[in-house]
Amino acid sequence: MTTNISFLLNGDEITCDIQDHWTLLHLLREEMGLIGTKEGCGNGECGACTVIVDKLAVNSCLFLAIEADKKNIETIEGLASRDGSLHPLQQSFVENGGIQCGFCSPGMIMSSKALLDENPDADREEIKHALAGNICRCTGYIPIFESVEAAQKRVAENKGGQND
Amino acid sequence: MKPFTYLSPTTIEEAISFFGEHSQTSKYMAGGTDIIVKVKEGWMEPDFLISLKNIEEMSALHKNEATGELSIGALVTHAVLEKSLMIQNQYPIIYDAVSNIGSLQVRNMGTIGGNLINAVPSADGAIPLIALDGVALLHGPDGERSSEVKDLFIAPYKTILKPGEILKKITIPPQAPNTGSAYMKFGRRAAMELPLIGIGVLLTLDDDLTTCNRARICLGVAAPTPMRALEAENFLIGKEINEEILIEAGNMAAEESKVRDSVRGKAWHRKEMIRVYVKRMGLKCLEIIKNGA
Repeated sequence: MTTNISFLLNGDEITCDIQDHWTLLHLLREEMGLIGTKEGCGNGECGACTVIVDKLAVNSCLFLAIEADKKNIETIEGLASRDGSLHPLQQSFVENGGIQCGFCSPGMIMSSKALLDENPDADREEIKHALAGNICRCTGYIPIFESVEAAQKRVAENKGGQND
Repeated sequence: MKPFTYLSPTTIEEAISFFGEHSQTSKYMAGGTDIIVKVKEGWMEPDFLISLKNIEEMSALHKNEATGELSIGALVTHAVLEKSLMIQNQYPIIYDAVSNIGSLQVRNMGTIGGNLINAVPSADGAIPLIALDGVALLHGPDGERSSEVKDLFIAPYKTILKPGEILKKITIPPQAPNTGSAYMKFGRRAAMELPLIGIGVLLTLDDDLTTCNRARICLGVAAPTPMRALEAENFLIGKEINEEILIEAGNMAAEESKVRDSVRGKAWHRKEMIRVYVKRMGLKCLEIIKNGA
């Protein structure tokens, strides 16, 4: 069945017709051409398709598009500024070797963003707990945790600068 | 994925009536983390998915401070339970279990009710609710009825729910003073893994803080359905709780279990881990009781 839904996508209001059985991942990639979000396993095991729905990280491969109605959706495409400057998390992943092949990176970064939005001071254990559903076959994870910590530092320093 | 029509009732009555209209071809859906996988893989081919997400009362998590009764709506997600300070402080066994189900992404969608109704032998969510003497409230075409959580399960993937029936909420009776509870999911890795064995222990001590007056030893993956080790529980009643007694209870629980070999592990290994973790969880209960007293 076709249903009309409206939602916020990276700050933009979107209204579109969808099929009830579409996943949010299908809507983003196949219908809207937003291919930053990746499909790995398609079964909620790998985390490559992680997006943020109303502040919560979810597997978009299991999340029905119809349930995005009236929700606030954030994807990797929304992180960099419109002028192309990277989000602190993206910059830190680049600088700290948090990215190798890059396939898990959008999901890793969205899981990290959901965590830091809720808990900016998350410690290493909390970072590990939040990223446990994102599988990476390249890095061995350590550079990823270090990237998140570097992003925390970057944000804290920027804030400190603003207060001066 | 085979196309289906998505229905989104806002009351339980409406959900049951939707089901009645298409009973052969509909499925109820809670968080969807299991059902969507099954539909994608073609293991399940519903024409109608009846989402329970918009039934407000089913997402309520509430403790009645006057009576001490805890009420958990079936649609409460694992993440909501995990983040609740009330759950962390007063029901550590629930926190222990739900904080390691799947991944955070799965816990943000997956619900405690869905975990129970899936009725997998490993259901992490079921063990603490059984240990806490939880009661499930069911609502179906013939009205409401209740069942102890421990009696919900008939066989792997099979519960006592009748066609059209919905698990509405789980209530936990008030906890006695001097109660401690803990759960351990034992597996090869921490995340995205079903447990090799799950062990939940709850102890209530007399005011002397040594004599046991109530014990629950609940095991997951130790039998076709979640089970209680009743002999081991009875053995502890009236005993002064210490490490030696807990080791004996662990041995009894291991013998009572109906563990078997599977792809994830061998029966002997599971038995050994029951011995070890009944003791460790028992000691953790003592620590919790002493810290609270």
